[in-house]
This record gives sequence, structure tokens and C-alpha cells, in this order.
Amino acid sequence: MLSRVAERLYWTARYLERAENTARLVRVFSYMMLDLPSGVGTNWRQLIDISGAPEQYDKKYRTSGERNVIKFMLIDPENPGSLFSSLSAARENVRTTRDLVPSEGWEHVNELFLFAKKKLAGKTLAKDRYEFLSEIIMRCQQITGLLAGTMSHGPAYQFVRIGRNLERADMTSRLVDVGSATIIAPGVELERLENRLWTYVLRSLSAHQMYRQYVRRRVLPERVLAFLLQDMEFPRSIAHALGEIGSCVDKKLPHNDEPLRAVLRLQRIIADANMEKLHNEGLHEFIDQFQLELANLHQLISATWFSLELEKAV
Amino acid sequence: MEIDWKSYEPGEFYDEMISSPGNPRLASRSVANYLQRLSAKQLGRRQNAADLSIAEMGVTFTVYSEGENIDRTWPFDIIPRIIPQKEWSHIEEGLTQRMTALNMFIHDLYNDQNIIKDGVIPRELITGSKSFLPQCIGASPRYNVWAHICGSDLVRDKDGVVYVLEDNLRVPSGVSYMIENRGITKRVFPELFRKHRIQPVDDYPAHLFDMLASLSPRPLDYPEIVVMTPGIYNSAYFEHSYLAQQMGAELVEGSDLVVGADDCVYMKTIDGLQLVDVIYRRVNDEFIDPEVFQKDSLLGVPGLMRAWRAGNVALANAPGAGVADDKVVYTYVPEIIKYYLDQDPIIPNVPSYRCDDEQQRDYVLANLASLVVKPANESGGYGMLVGPHSTAAERSKFAKLIKRNPRNYIAQPTLSLSTAPTICGQHVEPRHLDLRPFILQSDRTYVTAGGLTRVALRKGSLVVNSSQGGGSKDTWIVDTGGK
Repeated sequence: MLSRVAERLYWTARYLERAENTARLVRVFSYMMLDLPSGVGTNWRQLIDISGAPEQYDKKYRTSGERNVIKFMLIDPENPGSLFSSLSAARENVRTTRDLVPSEGWEHVNELFLFAKKKLAGKTLAKDRYEFLSEIIMRCQQITGLLAGTMSHGPAYQFVRIGRNLERADMTSRLVDVGSATIIAPGVELERLENRLWTYVLRSLSAHQMYRQYVRRRVLPERVLAFLLQDMEFPRSIAHALGEIGSCVDKKLPHNDEPLRAVLRLQRIIADANMEKLHNEGLHEFIDQFQLELANLHQLISATWFSLELEKAV
Repeated sequence: MEIDWKSYEPGEFYDEMISSPGNPRLASRSVANYLQRLSAKQLGRRQNAADLSIAEMGVTFTVYSEGENIDRTWPFDIIPRIIPQKEWSHIEEGLTQRMTALNMFIHDLYNDQNIIKDGVIPRELITGSKSFLPQCIGASPRYNVWAHICGSDLVRDKDGVVYVLEDNLRVPSGVSYMIENRGITKRVFPELFRKHRIQPVDDYPAHLFDMLASLSPRPLDYPEIVVMTPGIYNSAYFEHSYLAQQMGAELVEGSDLVVGADDCVYMKTIDGLQLVDVIYRRVNDEFIDPEVFQKDSLLGVPGLMRAWRAGNVALANAPGAGVADDKVVYTYVPEIIKYYLDQDPIIPNVPSYRCDDEQQRDYVLANLASLVVKPANESGGYGMLVGPHSTAAERSKFAKLIKRNPRNYIAQPTLSLSTAPTICGQHVEPRHLDLRPFILQSDRTYVTAGGLTRVALRKGSLVVNSSQGGGSKDTWIVDTGGK
């Protein structure tokens, strides 16, 4: 398989996953803003911080009200992380790898892009935002399922899986970061509000029901953390995503030494973390560190299979 | 909109479906009757369904000048263009004859040059041609075939006779639209396919694969075939990826390939470097190898010509094959067929005037207002003068161009291209069209059943090119029985 194609498949999956996660994030945040009493310290600005692009946002927008934030997160073509940009990048990548993706895959991605483009034409969707975002999420899931069900699980598909899970681990870590330091302002009823917040974090990952089934406890911050970071079986947990990446790298791809080592290191970092301690302090720093390691894994994947740099260097 | 063939007026032109108001031709009769029975609403719904499936399938082509909007849906008209099987068999024979002679001609030019020595073709015509590549002299591609994939443009004049307008022997495109158009018509009019015996067209990629495989320099191994594209910004990128996908071949760009010290071509993969046997290249000659041609080309592969000449990789079409689709060489095709095959052409050429012949040039200059003037080496309808639609200023500009470089121009009478019923807004009106069948040649020859019908959507326009406001139709070769 061509290195260039492997790279584009990897990015297709990353962008699709990013689009889905952005939709999840905005959906749950919109609901949360309706639910939480004012003065708790939550505001639309936090959505920008989670997305990891505050500098870029500030360059263009002066205020952080709902309209601007939603515009930035969903529509803005200049924000490479906006829903629209992600879908358009995903489409561009599939378009150039059409010979490896089943043709329905291309058709669905193209339809999804056209659907979003039409719906988002200049609107922030104050009224039917929930329906729109749910449709985006559903269609992304559909494409993921379609690829899983119709694409041979050879190397091409492994790059799709790696891209998807790397992006997923990244977004789950960002969401956990929200639940941590940024949100809670000191005040009354801290514990009750905190629990409600963590419930939203779970919901944003469609994890609430699974949490109840598997943890069998009410929502407790350190339990939620453990579930989202360390649970091996929940498909949006970090441990699960890393496990998926590991199995792709380990069993299916050539010259995998360096990337495999990086995955194992990441798995160890997550497995060794003490959730109770992290919940009390250092969660934000821990997540920061984790994201750096994840970026490093991406570098190694790219050098090994996309640019063939590692092969030359060795 | 409802169709009533009685009010359909083909005028002075030959119409492919309706011979005179109210009278469909034999092969088209049942389709015409069927269309007439549809209500306005039903017809509109089917055109909408077609437009929708085109947008969804992403049948798009690129126009360089459009800036950020690189996608533009190519208009498709749902009314098929129908050709009787009997007539088609004759055309098929003619195309096979033509390609066989042209390949013998190209091989001769790059080797013994007998046709020049025997005085049939003037030497200056070849040595003065931009498309004659001295770097190819002495090369012997497998089966002595140079042009493996050809798209010849056919037109039908008022008198009902089909002519070859030009041959495209470099990197002809459009075949993917032929296949997808059929897919759309099947979705839109499934009931018609049950009733008619329509020749299938979707086996093209399989034939293309077999033809390419037969060129492999390592015939005993399973061939590694790649489609080489200039990239996403090329106007035919959609087709390159489509064909690669249908053949299960890798779609590569120049930067994916390297030529090793052993003069073999390799591609960069996640497993390291991998040997390539056959390259179906959709990159023009001048860009394929910066070591030999355009030095600054980023689309090509340094050393590719070396590898090809050493016989380590097959290129389809072979470099230099374009020498035979020069418009002046075109005027010699009847002589070429006679010379190599000792036969008369089965499909005639459009009568043409060569501007490098003094007498003919004088005629052309005196009659610019009624002729079509074409440069020898352009495609896509660029750089042409269409006499009847031209201004005095344009004509005097062309007169100067011709006098300055007569070798570069030919002229033809303005043909009255045939028409076919086409949905135009709320009406069905005649629109001019042509036909591009595709011919594959290696040790055997394959001709597509029909080809790509291109329609000039503007009223009265004769320009069918997709880059200049053309659309397309599905083309049916229909067996009406009898021989």
C-alpha cells in the first residue's frame, strides 16, 4: 500500500472522528448551558478552551457569546477544527483515496459533507441544533460502521482504525480536562454540581448508561475518571482506544518497532495513574503530558509509514 | 413539461431519435413512445433523481480557473442516445481498422520510416511535429503497439453519414462518465432495461486491466499495474481514481514512484519499495520524466524514460504516440490505412484542407467565414476558429496565424452535427452531439459498446467539450433484430 494513501486514510478517519466528537461536544454543552444554574462558572468560552484553539479564536472574535462560539465550533472554515472544516478535510482525503475506500464510503462522506454544508449555510441553528448534531453523529457512526463492515481489514483499514482511535483518545482526554479544573468555581452545593458536571461529561461520550451498568455506582468523579481513562471495554475510553491502536500496530503493520514502543509507554502511563490522587490535584497537568505523548506517537507513525524517514534514518 | 414528439422540430439536421415531427426512428421507437407517456411530473421527478445521484456519486470534473470551487457537477441529460446494433458493428470494424493502421504507422515512424521513404508522408511533416519525440526512435514496445487506449471522436453530418472528427491518442478521458451514465440511467429508467436488449458498457475496466496486464515485461508474475495521475487538480482526476478503483490498481502520483539504480521503477509503500510492471499514465509526455523532457516537472518520475527504453516497465500509452493525432497527420489517415493495410477506410475522415499546401491554403484563406480552422496540436476545443460564428477581426487574426505557420493549421467545412432530444428547462429540444468510443489495443482489439455522447447544451452551439458548457447522455447500442 502506498505511503501517501496510508497517510490520507489515517487523516480521513481522524477528521471524521473529530467531526463526530465536535458534534458531541457542542450538543452536550448546549444542553448543559440550559440546565446549570447561572453563577456556577460555566460559560461558552470553555468550549473554545476544550477545543484547544483559544489563540485562534481571539484573533477573530472579540466576545465569547453563544453565537460566536457556535459559529467558531461548527461553521468557521478558517478554524481547522470546526465541524465544517473537519468534514471538508475528511471529504478531500477520501476523494483522493477513492481507489481504496469502498465506493459507498465515498458516497456517504460526500453526502454528509453536502448535508452539513446546506444546513450550516450561515446559520447557528439555535432551534434545531440538537437534531442537526444528532444527525451528524449518527451519520459519522454509520460511515464508521460501513467501513468496518465492507472494507477488508488489511493494512488500509488498520490506518483508518489507528486514525480514529488516536483522535478519540485525544478528544476523551480533552473532555476529561473539562470536567477537571476549568469548570468548578467555588460556591455552594459544590459536590452536587460537580456530580452533575461529570454526568454531562459521561453523556457527551455516550458513556452514561455504560458507566451505570459497569461501575454500578452513582456518578463519582474519581470513578468517572477511572472509567473514561482506564476501562478496557468501553469503546470511547482512552485505555480501549490505545488497545485498538496497539493491536493494529502490533499484528498488522510492518517495521512497527518504534510506534509500538510509544503505544506501550502510553498504555503504561494510563494504567499506572492513580485516579483518586489525580482528582484531588494534577489532573490537568497529567492530561497535558498525555497529549504530548500522543502527539509523539503521531510523529512516529508518520515517520515510519508515511514519509519513510525512519527507514532511511535506521 | 410533457413530451409530444409532434411538436419536436429537428429542422435541417439529422436527429438521432426523431426523423421528422412525430416520427421516431425504428431503434428509438419504443423509448420515444414510453417517454411520451410520462406525465410532466414523472419526467421531472426522474431528471431530479438523476441530478441527485450525480451529486451523491460525486461525478465531478475540475476546471482549472474556478478557484476554490474545484467541483462542478457535469450536466447529464436523461434521454438516452440510441444507435442500432447493426450500424454499430460497422463502426466497430472501422475503428479497429483505423487503430491497427495508426499503431503500425507510429511504430514505423520511430523505426524504419518506410512510409516516408516511399513518399506517402512528407518528412518535414513528421520532423516538424511537436509530438514527434526523437527520444523514442528505435524503441520497440510489446506487440509494436504504441497507442493502447484511444478515444476517437465521431460525428454525424446532415446526410446521416458518420465521420471520424479526430483521434485522441495521448491521454483520452471520458470513459468513466460513459460507465457512470449507464449506472444513472439504470436507476432512473429500470423498466426500459427489462424491455430492451442494450449492450452493457461496465465491463470496460476488466478489458482495460487485461490489456494492461498483457503489456507486462514480466509476464509470468501477477502484474503490478498502477494508474499514474497528475493529481487532484487535474480535470480528469475523478476518472483516474475511478479506473484505479475498478481495476484494483494503485493510483499513484509521480512522487510515489522512483527509478532505482537497476533502471526499474518502484513505488513507495508502507512495506518499503515495490517493483512496478505497467504504468497506465494519465500524465502528458512532456511531464513524465524531468530528466528527458520538462526539467521542472514535479508530476513525473526522473529516469522513467530510461526504465521504459530498457524494457523494465511498460507505459500506456507509449511516449510519442501523440505524433499520430496531430491534426495535419489526421488528414493523411486514409492514405495511412491504404499503405499499411491495403484497404479503404471503413469510416471516412471529415474532408480537410491542409494549409501547408499552397492551393489548399488559398482556398482556406478565401473561405474562412464558412470553415472551421484547427491548430495541429490543441485539444479541448481551444485555439479554434469557427467560421460562421466568427467576427471579421477573428478571421483576420487567423489569416495571419495561418500565413505565419501554415504547417500548424488545417481547415474543415462546418459540419451540421446531428441532434438528439434533450431536456432544456420545461421543453425537449434538439441539441447537437458527438460520440467518443474508446478503443483498447495490444495483441487484440476491444471497442466499447457505444461510448460517451457529449451534448452541446446551449441552443445552436456545436461545442460539446465539458470545459466549455457541454453535457452528456447515456449511449445505447440496441439490438433490434435482423442483420
